[in-house]
Amino acid sequence: MSVEVDEEAGTAFSDRRHPEPRHEPLVFERSGQGKVGYSLPPLDVPDIVAIPRHLTRAEIAGETEVTEVEVARHFTRLSKLNVSIDETLYPLGSCTMKHNPRVNEEVARLPGFAAAHPLAPEEVSQGALELGWRLEKILAELTGLARVTLQPAAGAQGELAGILMVRAALEKKGRPRSTVLIPDSAHGTNPASAHFAGYQVRELKSNARGTLDLHVLEEAMTDDVAALMLTVPNTLGIFENQILEIARIVHAKGGYLYCDGANFNSFVGVAKPGAMGIDVMHMNLHKTFSTPHGGGGPGAGPVAVTEELVPFLPRPTIERRQDGSFFLDGDRPESIGRLRTFLGNFGMFVRALAYISQYGNRIGEVARGAVLNANYIRAGLADVYHLKYDAPTMHEVVFSDKKQSERGVHAMDIAKRLMDFGFHPPTISFPLIVYGALMIEPTETEAKPGLDAFVAAMREIARESEEDPEIVLKAPHTTPVRRVDEVGAARNLLLRWRPESPER
Amino acid sequence: MKFLPVSDADRSEMLGAIGVSSIDDLFASIPAEVRKSPDLPPPLSEIEVRRLMGSLAGQNANARETAFFLGAGIYHHWVSAIADQMLYRAEWLTSYTPYQPEVSQGTLQSIFEFQTHMCLLTGLDVSNASLYEGASALVEALLMASRLTRGRRKAVLSAAIHPEYRETVRTYFARLGLTAVDVPIGPDGATDTGALEAAVDDDTFAVAVASPNFYGVVEDWEVGSRVAHGKGALSVAVVAEAVSMALLAPPGERGADIACGEAQSLGVPMHFGGPVLGFLTCRSDHQRQLPGRLVGETRDAEGRRAFCLTLSTREQHIRRERATSNICTNQGLMALAANVHCSLLGKRGLREVALQSHAKAEYLKGEIAKVAGYGVPFTGSTFNEFAVEAPEPAAPLLARLARRGILAGVPLSRWEPGSPNRFLVAATEMNTREEMDRLVSSLRETS
Repeated sequence: MSVEVDEEAGTAFSDRRHPEPRHEPLVFERSGQGKVGYSLPPLDVPDIVAIPRHLTRAEIAGETEVTEVEVARHFTRLSKLNVSIDETLYPLGSCTMKHNPRVNEEVARLPGFAAAHPLAPEEVSQGALELGWRLEKILAELTGLARVTLQPAAGAQGELAGILMVRAALEKKGRPRSTVLIPDSAHGTNPASAHFAGYQVRELKSNARGTLDLHVLEEAMTDDVAALMLTVPNTLGIFENQILEIARIVHAKGGYLYCDGANFNSFVGVAKPGAMGIDVMHMNLHKTFSTPHGGGGPGAGPVAVTEELVPFLPRPTIERRQDGSFFLDGDRPESIGRLRTFLGNFGMFVRALAYISQYGNRIGEVARGAVLNANYIRAGLADVYHLKYDAPTMHEVVFSDKKQSERGVHAMDIAKRLMDFGFHPPTISFPLIVYGALMIEPTETEAKPGLDAFVAAMREIARESEEDPEIVLKAPHTTPVRRVDEVGAARNLLLRWRPESPER
Repeated sequence: MKFLPVSDADRSEMLGAIGVSSIDDLFASIPAEVRKSPDLPPPLSEIEVRRLMGSLAGQNANARETAFFLGAGIYHHWVSAIADQMLYRAEWLTSYTPYQPEVSQGTLQSIFEFQTHMCLLTGLDVSNASLYEGASALVEALLMASRLTRGRRKAVLSAAIHPEYRETVRTYFARLGLTAVDVPIGPDGATDTGALEAAVDDDTFAVAVASPNFYGVVEDWEVGSRVAHGKGALSVAVVAEAVSMALLAPPGERGADIACGEAQSLGVPMHFGGPVLGFLTCRSDHQRQLPGRLVGETRDAEGRRAFCLTLSTREQHIRRERATSNICTNQGLMALAANVHCSLLGKRGLREVALQSHAKAEYLKGEIAKVAGYGVPFTGSTFNEFAVEAPEPAAPLLARLARRGILAGVPLSRWEPGSPNRFLVAATEMNTREEMDRLVSSLRETS
């Protein structure tokens, strides 16, 4: 792919999708007095308000007055300001932006799922309970662990649930211990979750391979350490090849090995975490199991545990009776308790089960495809972008801007310039141990031509950084808005729209 | 496989470029002894997936094919066709957290609009971009209040806050050295003011009251706010039925510092309890302690209006263990649904839905109270849900009615074993008078 450049203006103008900057007013600014966008049946009961007047409000000043036509236009136009997986490669590292099968969307909307209520009598909820039970069994099989809770609403809540279960197990043995060990390459949610579980965090420095240093671990792993939280493979896309030794060191001191399964896509169906000595592991249904990312959720963060940790699972659990019927068991005295209402993000369970069912016993092909694609990108770029850690790449590869920054071009600039080539940028500035990181995760759902185009774009940007850095520094040139002033946003906070003349 | 687009020929070429002879070689860093294939059935086709899911879905009672009166934190309100269809658009569905604003203006502007709707509804200044659901939203609100009143260790909660919310609070608090005290309700079904005053002291960081509360009773935010502020604590308003905010006095106008809860009622289907939509709003002087994502308005390099994530230094990816919350992914698509829904209904529609829900519940409450043996145990005004005292244990009664296609209510025995005959009944704009009369006559028949 090539971008024609207007040398004089220094701007790319070849983007055929967005010839003009586009702007869509706020929906509140589309209001016209007296317009309505809905209709309800006439009220078929007496029209009364039986609430004391001082506990009621006047009309909602500033709320919209628009028709369905304007709503359709507004949200369709807004949507077109987004780049999405269906349009292009979206290699946001650690987020596993893979194709979202559409049959999953359709079955999740069946009235028996979408219009079912979590507190309906058990005998008219058997299908929903069975669905949760089936998904739990499959996730236990894939992780090689004993049982799974589906309750956590996202990965971060899964982390919290997992560490709380470790804490409960240690408390039962006498004392909860004080510290959780976390490598310096970990996601920020790990230390935050450990903190909200009541632990201090000790950061472990990675070795030259980019993985955990066994000497550092041995030194840090005392009998006051509750757990090691390890991302497998880590955020550099490198598998902890000494995982068995790591587990041995942690267990020898009575600690637990927590696996952040955000990167499970790289070995799902190929290897089992339970066999590695992992005691507890969360998964992200919106990463490995294709439930849509939706512009930032909903996610779902099921947690798998060993037999030892089963009594501490959040309540309720889904259980099966002798007669084959399913029920919710809230009578679990050692449970860590409840992390949210009801069973969890059930709609995501439907999609994940639909997804896994479509792969069945061939699900390992997901991991194989993901690792192949990441390695192909690595092979295509390793001579032009710096690779701080050259250990084997799994599902994602982390380059840095080291070479380009000599010309004043940083990871942020490369990311912005990629937009002009029609790609969503990779994750940048993370993991923190790679200065100027460009974290690229193509996933298994990208074909070779797309990967080739991405590699070509990245190589072109590397060339531009040498020969014409201005075009990179001023990018993007073809997006709906030009580079956005994020510093200004934080300095001069404007977090909502307000009616022009305060009506209240 | 239908989701794997690399052809055999391309794969060979790619392996050649990488310099390995097989994909297996790329997995060499995983110890051989842990490499195991899962024992799963063969792949299903789309037709078979539909068949499997159809059979599971078919076993569940659903609100579209029953007379439906369940609530207790999840409500069956109207979701417009356009709100659901908008969620199918790939640009919304298959994008992620808008870290790169230049290619995410749609999502960012929609969140900014969602934040505005929530501010207008709650009467507060600032809203975050969403939280998971109501219970964890209450936790986040309380943790925020504890940070704002450094050193205090006690939250005072109305016992009429949803029991699963209070249980969730205790899960989080237990390991943080914080305590939560429940204040009982009075005969009207509202939080007992005397007991509330007695429970709040100089160690209290927050007073949380729900309205409508778990029993559907409308409470006055001003009571909790007065008691909280009298001791230097923050007032937290909990709303589990967001439609009510279009009719009831907004928390921000009656002294609340933080409002939180569940916004599922605003355009999100029930989904057997999730995904739903947690929300959190506050006064602007507290905004730097907000958890979760926030979108702000700014300018691009050419001075045009643009939006981006802001105040990220509160968040886990920057602040790590010192972050205001561990939340990362939230409920983005549900916040979009709520934005479409609120925009479509707008000033008039949101209010009309609230008024209809209330009027229908009032009608139903009156009719049930006329059935011999049935009563309404609380005297307080209710919004669209109310408690009923039956002459027999509620759970088996409700299960019997469910088999006849009437989902009449939620038994309270699940949380209050001492009240076996009580159940909650909710009405919305979706219910017809005919359905309500059918419910009442079947209670009459079974009594």
